[in-house]
Amino acid sequence: MAKAFFVDLSRCTGCRGCQVACKQWKNLPAEATKNTGSHTNPPDLSSKTYKTVHMLEHGKGKDLQLLYFPEQCRHCYLSPCMTASDVPGAIIEDTETGAVLFTELTAKIKDKQGVRKACPYDIPRIDEATGIIHKCDFCNDRVRQGMLPACVLSCPTGAMNFGEEAAMLALAESRLAELKKRHPDAVLGDAGTVRVLYLYHEKPELFHKYAVFAEALAPTSRRALFAKLAPRVKSSLG
Amino acid sequence: MTNHWNDLANSDCILMMGSNPAQNHPISFKWVLRAKDRGATLISVDPRFTASSSKADMYAPLRCGSDIAFLGGMINYILQNNKYFKEYILENTNATMVVGEAYGFSNGLFSGFNAETRRYDKKTWAYDMDDKGVPVRDMTLQHPRCVFQLMQKHYSRYTVDKVIAITGTPKEDLLKVYETYSATGARNKAGTIMYAMGWTQHSVGVQNIRTMAMIQLLLGNIGIAGGGVNALRGEANVQGSTDQAVLADIWPGYLSVPNSKQTNAAEYIAASTPKSNDPKSVNWKKNHPKYIASFLKSMYPSASVDEAYGFMPRLDAGRKTTDYFWMSIFDRMIAGELEGLFAWGMNPACSGPNANKSRAAFEKLKWLVNVNLFDNETGSFWRGPGKDPKKIATEVFFLPCCTSIEKEGSVSNSGRWMQWRYAGPKPQGHTLPDGDIFCEMAQEIRNLYAKEGGAFPDPVLKLGMEYWLEGHEFSPRKTARLLNGFFLKDTEVNGKLYKAGQLVPGFANLKDDGSTMSGNWLHCGSYTEEGGNLMMRRDKKQTEEQARIGLYPNWAFAWPMNRRIIYNRASVDVQGKPWNPEKSVIRWDGKAWQGDVVDGGGEPGSKYPFIMQVHGQGHLFGPGREDGPFPEHYEPMESPFATHELSQQRSSPVAFMAKNEQLAVADEQYPFIGTTYRVTEHWQTGLMTRRCAWLVEAEPQVFAEIDTEMAAMRGIANGDVVRVSSKRGTLLAKAVVSERVQALTVNGKTIHMVGLPWHFGWVVPKRGGDSANLLTAAVGDPNTAIPESKAFMVNIEKVDMKDLPE
Repeated sequence: MAKAFFVDLSRCTGCRGCQVACKQWKNLPAEATKNTGSHTNPPDLSSKTYKTVHMLEHGKGKDLQLLYFPEQCRHCYLSPCMTASDVPGAIIEDTETGAVLFTELTAKIKDKQGVRKACPYDIPRIDEATGIIHKCDFCNDRVRQGMLPACVLSCPTGAMNFGEEAAMLALAESRLAELKKRHPDAVLGDAGTVRVLYLYHEKPELFHKYAVFAEALAPTSRRALFAKLAPRVKSSLG
Repeated sequence: MTNHWNDLANSDCILMMGSNPAQNHPISFKWVLRAKDRGATLISVDPRFTASSSKADMYAPLRCGSDIAFLGGMINYILQNNKYFKEYILENTNATMVVGEAYGFSNGLFSGFNAETRRYDKKTWAYDMDDKGVPVRDMTLQHPRCVFQLMQKHYSRYTVDKVIAITGTPKEDLLKVYETYSATGARNKAGTIMYAMGWTQHSVGVQNIRTMAMIQLLLGNIGIAGGGVNALRGEANVQGSTDQAVLADIWPGYLSVPNSKQTNAAEYIAASTPKSNDPKSVNWKKNHPKYIASFLKSMYPSASVDEAYGFMPRLDAGRKTTDYFWMSIFDRMIAGELEGLFAWGMNPACSGPNANKSRAAFEKLKWLVNVNLFDNETGSFWRGPGKDPKKIATEVFFLPCCTSIEKEGSVSNSGRWMQWRYAGPKPQGHTLPDGDIFCEMAQEIRNLYAKEGGAFPDPVLKLGMEYWLEGHEFSPRKTARLLNGFFLKDTEVNGKLYKAGQLVPGFANLKDDGSTMSGNWLHCGSYTEEGGNLMMRRDKKQTEEQARIGLYPNWAFAWPMNRRIIYNRASVDVQGKPWNPEKSVIRWDGKAWQGDVVDGGGEPGSKYPFIMQVHGQGHLFGPGREDGPFPEHYEPMESPFATHELSQQRSSPVAFMAKNEQLAVADEQYPFIGTTYRVTEHWQTGLMTRRCAWLVEAEPQVFAEIDTEMAAMRGIANGDVVRVSSKRGTLLAKAVVSERVQALTVNGKTIHMVGLPWHFGWVVPKRGGDSANLLTAAVGDPNTAIPESKAFMVNIEKVDMKDLPE
């Protein structure tokens, strides 16, 4: 049975346990960072950072909002990145777990920027030294052993959840219904198209520019791109 | 904590004040959010908008150091609007007790003040006694000198307008917090407080907490599920460290340390054993003679109680206990009174107030032993910023110890759960557990005494080390047995015979005649002949009633006697019926108590619930503190104001002050309030976390958080390097300009704040910066001498640098 993440952002306190757990399990090096006036660090994803927690402030005074967004790959059902790859085996899906995986063969992809641009969420990052493209791998090694992904295991509040797809969807729906009472803008981001389902308790664009498919984004709508690619992916999967 | 972590989920209203649990106690938020899921209201009161505030239903800002004004106003609100739980306060508190005529309060000073010694004579705060020697009580609460009336009079001065003039809190926010929190005075509602260093690190730290304890008593929130007064401890085992008396003024189990006037055990025991003539008062401390005798026997098994007493160090009767605490130690170092220092698991070059002073004090030492995991700013003080190694003669030794995960032992969490931990990986290299370092050193000192003789060798030679050692190694298991205690002669308990050498089943069986030994009476019952090491228990078995409130009596052991919620007797009426049957902690079923281990025992109504107080009642009036029986607002020792609205007594008249400390009061050179706090990613002085690359990646540099208005005024932009300065030092930091910090209007004046984390130090990482304690003042609370790190005065200016220096 395929798996899914459910990320309840209303419960995220920005403790960054997930960010550090990810680095630890993947044994990724720390980046040389600076305090630039924001607590978000590393400031963005990179070939060495598959997960970073964005710490966002909106509004002033009584309207001040402090939001946290632990950003990671969404593991799309029909992955545009996969379609953008011209090297067989470079970007694959583990049909058992649902994980979308980048292999070392991504180094052979000619149009690497094309892979990055294909992603509606701006996740893939190219390692300039090796040419390999990196991103979150679902902790597929752990998951196949019946363990929780490292980030989920570290979460103290129930923001990060992982399990059978149906169970996660049910949890997401019930939390959405509950949150709607206090947060009318609450929404499940791109439900039905991703295996990493975020519940945004405020408007998704407050969390990240690419939080959800942004139809308004010019010049080429990522959703349009996705829509164009989706049938091809479907047919290639049979 | 009176309660425990998972009990937070039982609360109807959680006040987070003096703490930022989402960031500093992240796991606690599991339970906080569960309470919220069940409909609880979360309130955050904090000088800045924090991660905790972002999850709260309401947020109210206040100026650093104005908590007593805020809470005193809440007491006034509760009394004026009849929000208190009357039946509860009549039965369970000293509201009814009549205070003697000698008591008075005028213009910020309580009766008994001696301006010369800057101390109070507490005798003037005593209750009136009847002919039986029992405090006089007026159950109608009408007597003009009963605690209730005195309290009402004291806090009637804390009007909303005066409070907001002091705190800077917007009026509607203040009233909303008062109204919401005081609604927990209903008998079926529970309100709880989560506090931490935001309340303790003030010159009125103890009284900050007392004010909230009074509110909790008035609202009937102590002893119940989802209530209590909950101190969120800053280290995994800091509860254990105070239980074991890693402090100058107590022995293990919170027994007071003797003074030089108490020349023999009998005098000391008499002075440490309060008396009550009220048959309903359990007065648990009447058992002190048993605990003291058992403790002395645990130290010196071969000596008599009297002899053992003579081996123990005593405090000078003429000195304040605070003279023995941290800041005084540095004063003595500077005065050249100390030759050497063991900095054990501590980093005083960064952790104490006025760090420049501490770093200078080390230069006066002949030797300094640094016991730690890694080199730090203390061990390397001689090569630190501004130091010339050629001019420093102090010899520094470094003893590397192993980490907590490499050794076994008990860890007492904030909820008093003593949980056994097993050793993980073997210690690396030549590192040793602290216990072994202690024991090897003790053995070597004994050898020297044996070889060379010396003055008064017995206290060292007669120490009962055989009870801690397994061969040559320190044994946590044997020590745990000693802390529980043994019978020294055959003794029958409830028809069962215990042989000499067997474990004592509980502290009720300890003796005052030297026939039992116990290293810490609070631990007695944790390691038994029947159950073994109860701290190792991991059994989730519970009754249905216990399950309703998340009470796990078979998981580890909670002192005292496995009681999970202390003062639980206050959760029921005199018939033993819970105020809130839905969430009962204890309940009398007609024959026995069900639920938690009841405080005090006996049938319902036969005992007062606050068994640790002489008269059995919760203290609305607290006559034991150094700074007064009622908490009173004073300005922090450093403040933007020379006066305040409530009295002409500007700051606490009895506050602790280290020698020659320079203070900024209403000083234009230091116009902003400085405050220190913590981040999730770093721990204490950062000794461990500043060497963990992934944590440094997330929080790489010391920062100064300021509001946008101040940033504009001083031409500071996000990420700029700024110099923060106080009367005592300067610190370079990265500016974080944020809406989370807001200027407040206080006394008609706009007040800005500079918030700084104190986790950094110059050793590592590169460009990480240094400790915020370079700025803090060596002043503090008169009871505990905790430094006032949460409110001091600073200036801030932009520096023309691209980044912090290496």
